[in-house]
Amino acid sequence: MSGVPLAAYLALGLFMFMTGVVGVVIRRSPIVIFMCIELMLNAVNLTFLAFARYQFSPMVAGNSFKEGQSAMAGQMMVIFVMAVAAAEVAVGLGIIMAIFRLRDNIDIDEMNLLKG
Amino acid sequence: MIQTLMPNTNWSMVLPIAMVAVAGIFALILEMLFPKRDNNLIVWASQIGLLMAAAMLIRQFGLETETSFAGTIIRDQFGLAMQLVCVIGASATIAFSEGYLREKKIPFGEFYPLMLWSTVGAMMMCCTENLLVMFVGLEILSIALYVLAGISRVEEKGEESALKYFLLGAFASGFLLYGIANVYGATGGLGIEGIGLAWESKDPNVQALLAFGLALLLIGLGFKASFFPFHQWTPDVYQGAPTNVTAFMATVGKTAAFAFLFRLLESATAMQAIWAPALGLIAVLTMLYGNIVALMQKDVKRVLGYSSISHAGYILVALIAHGKNPGRIGPETVIYYVLSYTLMTIGSFAVISLLAHDGKESTGLDDLRGLWQRSRVAAACMVVFMVSLMGLPPTSGFFGKLLIFQDALNADLLPLAVVLAVSSIVSAAYYLNIARLVALTDGPTEEISFARFRPAIQNTCVLCAVAVIAAMVFYSPLTQFLSSR
Repeated sequence: MSGVPLAAYLALGLFMFMTGVVGVVIRRSPIVIFMCIELMLNAVNLTFLAFARYQFSPMVAGNSFKEGQSAMAGQMMVIFVMAVAAAEVAVGLGIIMAIFRLRDNIDIDEMNLLKG
Repeated sequence: MIQTLMPNTNWSMVLPIAMVAVAGIFALILEMLFPKRDNNLIVWASQIGLLMAAAMLIRQFGLETETSFAGTIIRDQFGLAMQLVCVIGASATIAFSEGYLREKKIPFGEFYPLMLWSTVGAMMMCCTENLLVMFVGLEILSIALYVLAGISRVEEKGEESALKYFLLGAFASGFLLYGIANVYGATGGLGIEGIGLAWESKDPNVQALLAFGLALLLIGLGFKASFFPFHQWTPDVYQGAPTNVTAFMATVGKTAAFAFLFRLLESATAMQAIWAPALGLIAVLTMLYGNIVALMQKDVKRVLGYSSISHAGYILVALIAHGKNPGRIGPETVIYYVLSYTLMTIGSFAVISLLAHDGKESTGLDDLRGLWQRSRVAAACMVVFMVSLMGLPPTSGFFGKLLIFQDALNADLLPLAVVLAVSSIVSAAYYLNIARLVALTDGPTEEISFARFRPAIQNTCVLCAVAVIAAMVFYSPLTQFLSSR
């Protein structure tokens, strides 16, 4: 692990995030869009953990109690992100189910009732 | 040993939030105990809970600024006032909800607990300087709103608006979180008070991370507050969602986003060379775009959606003015404007909710014709709200805009002040059109197209209209009360 620099993790995180953003913009199925949003959230988690391990690690000699707290804050955030993402999935799939029952189709190109 | 690890906590600071959450749980229990009955009991329980929360907030007015819960919750006058605005918004929305939901044939009791919990999230965002707590508050607010937007399950429009709101909301929270991650990497903590210090360190890596993170944070919050390039969801969602949910989204949801944006810009004052020009441009585009596109709309809920975009632009001007000189320009303008915006927006949506009848609801501009014959009170209130949204005296909308104008001049933001004035004049066209349609005396009197006039809706309209005028007449005692120091 010590062989991999922080920049590599951040770059991977950025790449995953951009993949997610592009996917949200170009895909048509709400389920796939949803998967892309999850990819974005996982990129965020990776970034948080990389910062917590490299930037503020209490294990590196000379780092203080404050660094330990910093590392903990990032790790805590990851747990919250995962919990919130799970809650979002529950509501989102419910909405998609409700739409499927109404029109047997969930393509978002055909959602054009609302326009002005 | 345990004793020393326990941070010193002041529970009274979160008591109003806890009160609203408990009221929601209590309302849900009432719904389970008496299913399929009328929801009046639940409405009363919700209103009493909100009233008690408001009393707890007012009791804390004037106390000195304090942080607790390991620095994640802050009690200051700004946070208390914004929480009070959220509670007022929720209470006014609930007041006219029951009649509307029954006309619309979606009289679900779980509507009220969801709305109360959504308010909890908004209140959390108002009283924190911690990015983690802000994120959790934002999600509590949003997830409940996704459900509420689609609560009319048999209506394709409602479900479509719920899906659009959900997908774009989740997309925006992705940006917000990536911003938080970068700010965390730069400052080593989740509190926004570290931003200024980290920026002063002059380390180019840290500065790059901060600038990137702040930009992403502003995008995420800009989605919630519907600023110009991130506003596309607003008119669609406002049109498709049930009218009372729209009123709630347009007021309480935005209030929370503005409150956190206010604190964020305040702690990033050191970085203003980066954000001030960008946000200034966004404010100009938001004001102009909202007002110009609103002129071409044919649906009254869409018109108000675009009008709420332009109002977000006005408030952004006030936020920029404060963020540039937090010492010189106080929070009074933002508090006053958000309060007056909440009252006039909820009031006008309460009048629009009269268009629902027997499970159907058509909200074209022409459907407003004949409101004068149907109910003089509602029509008169609508005229007051339109005058206030336009920004003419004797209403609070006038004073709010005047305050923002002054702040902008004090902060050397002359271009923004000019655009604000010009776009207000443009907005007069569509507001006057609505006022004209409502007040027409010779319109086709199809009485059927309006709901039976319920006293609760009428009282809400009248209360909001009176409050809009009173907030102008009693301007100085009100601001003194809201920003008592």
